[in-house]
Amino acid sequence: MSQAEQTPTTDPTPTHPTPTHPTTATHRRLWTLGLFRSELRVTLRRWRTLALLGVLAVLPVLIGIAVKIETSDGGSAGPGEGGGSGEGPAFFGQITNNGLFLVFAALAATLPFFLPMAVGVIAGDGIAGEASAGTLRYLLVAPAGRTRLLLAKYASTLVFCVIATVTVAASALATGALLFPLGDLTTISGTQISFSEALLRALLIALAVAASLVGLAALGVFVSTLTNSGIAAMATTVGLLITVQIIGSIPQLDAVHPYLFSQHWLSFADLLRDPVHYDDLIANLRLQGLYAAVFGAAAWARFTTKDISA
Amino acid sequence: MISGVIETRALTKRYGAQTAVDRLDLTVPPGSVFGFLGPNGSGKTTTIRMLMGLIEPTSGSAHLLGHRMPRATPTVLPHVGALIEGPALYGFLSGRDNLLRYDAADPTADPRTRRTRVAAALDRVGLSSAAAKKAKAYSLGMKQRLGLAAALLQPRRLLVLDEPTNGLDPQGMREIRTLVRELADDGTTVFLSSHLLDEIEQVCTHAAVMARGRLITQGTVAELAASTRGRLTVTTPDPADAARVLKDHGVSDLTVTADRVTGDPPPTDLTDLAELNAALVRAEVRVRGFGLERASLEDVFVELTGEGFDVAG
Ligand SMILES: Nc1ncnc2c1ncn2[C@@H]1O[C@H](COP(=O)(O)OP(=O)(O)O)[C@@H](O)[C@H]1O
Ligand SMILES: [Mg+2]
Repeated sequence: MSQAEQTPTTDPTPTHPTPTHPTTATHRRLWTLGLFRSELRVTLRRWRTLALLGVLAVLPVLIGIAVKIETSDGGSAGPGEGGGSGEGPAFFGQITNNGLFLVFAALAATLPFFLPMAVGVIAGDGIAGEASAGTLRYLLVAPAGRTRLLLAKYASTLVFCVIATVTVAASALATGALLFPLGDLTTISGTQISFSEALLRALLIALAVAASLVGLAALGVFVSTLTNSGIAAMATTVGLLITVQIIGSIPQLDAVHPYLFSQHWLSFADLLRDPVHYDDLIANLRLQGLYAAVFGAAAWARFTTKDISA
Repeated sequence: MISGVIETRALTKRYGAQTAVDRLDLTVPPGSVFGFLGPNGSGKTTTIRMLMGLIEPTSGSAHLLGHRMPRATPTVLPHVGALIEGPALYGFLSGRDNLLRYDAADPTADPRTRRTRVAAALDRVGLSSAAAKKAKAYSLGMKQRLGLAAALLQPRRLLVLDEPTNGLDPQGMREIRTLVRELADDGTTVFLSSHLLDEIEQVCTHAAVMARGRLITQGTVAELAASTRGRLTVTTPDPADAARVLKDHGVSDLTVTADRVTGDPPPTDLTDLAELNAALVRAEVRVRGFGLERASLEDVFVELTGEGFDVAG
């Protein structure tokens, strides 16, 4: 006690403005998550983000209503009967038997374009949007730190991937439960799993779909460091997505197919097999990791040396 | 040895063939209100961007609070508040949320005191009542003040303000200048760029003058004004006679208006002015007023560059 009282209180920061060394205490919370949380809040409060999530929430409802109307005539719903057989899983045929299939159908329907487009918009806007608004210079003189800001942008984009996927899945689950019966589920392999086990599989599928977007998110953030126009970065990223999807659909270009970020996107259906086939799922994760590493490094190299003149 | 709060050595920035800032040697003494004066396009903002670590100099060095920039960005910038080329805000966020966002970007800012510090900064610039309003609904003056508030979220040792009164009406300008004076009285060094001469004369203790990327001169405002001799002004109902007499006595560059004659006094010391006045009286010129007008920074600028100063911008 008395010792503590005797300790001289020395202020390391001089109160008069002389150019001495700034206190090292400023290093203390260098990597706080404050910026990431702020980033997430700001992203989710943008009108644009809410509009994208709104569209993603409405799509499963539309699919559910369409299936309901079509099957209420007593007809069967399209050629997807038996889901997963043939090219790509559609799951549409089983929705009338089990509303849970609407989750898989909705994810399969939104993964090729709507989900990645939403992610491309958010990722592309990341740095470039701040640059065109002029807020980037103020974040950097705060000083946010270029690496820290880039990480916050990428991390919040990844969180958006999860939110977007969960939005589709949750909307599909709610719609499926309202319009169709729920119950035990027949896997692609033909075996029967309990409803709770099926729900767990649905959650894993949502995560696998979200993970499929990791590579595109990194690509988008990289594009975002190249320009001072948010619109240009968003358009470029979505343009790249469309290009990749077109290349992926041309059989003559199959030599490059293994390197396209969308190559293993439909692997999530393997989680509906019994037992689960992991090969393609793992190949997908590795490819997404590769994209994240390559474009993450490129974005870092670019952003940390860039002149900020916007 | 680094003695200034801001210290640059041969600081240069080239954009292709154009040299935006050319071998700039700037020393900003601690505690000063330092005016960084120059017409539009003279390299003020480019200099400030280099000081703040936003752009890399082509060559030369810049020190802020004794540390080399841009390397020392994470340690130095928490002590520096800045307004660079106008405010930039998130229009869809309230004024308060804008400040919370900028404060969260500073890793040294204590999140536990964030709300109180934001409230204090809003209060300081007089925006407390508009804090909940979306920033896109702010007037230009309010945006400028919110930008200043962001620079005041923490106690700062240096404020760098790039044309803080740009685009404001006279009332808004006065408010900002009053604020700058208050901050300077607290002991904060203020580095203020402007293309408005009278602004620098009104608030600054020191000034540097830029033209086309080059530093023309720097020093205290008083020294700068003293380095240029004032104009001799004679008020008289007989301007033509007065002009003739003055010319005979070596007064050059005469201009004659309705009842005023002004000119550069002869290059000798002030005692000659009494002789001049006597000569006018001897020639029966009726003199209403006779005196030397103090040189303004505008005179300094015109004398040093041989160019007029584009005050309108
Ligand atoms: N990013 C840039 N690219 C090319 N030229 C630039 C850039 N930024 C500034 N300049 C040029 O450098 C000069 C100085 O500009 P600036 O520093 O903005 O002047 P000031 O702030 O004094 O008005 C101008 O001629 C401007 O056109
Ligand atoms: Mg400028």
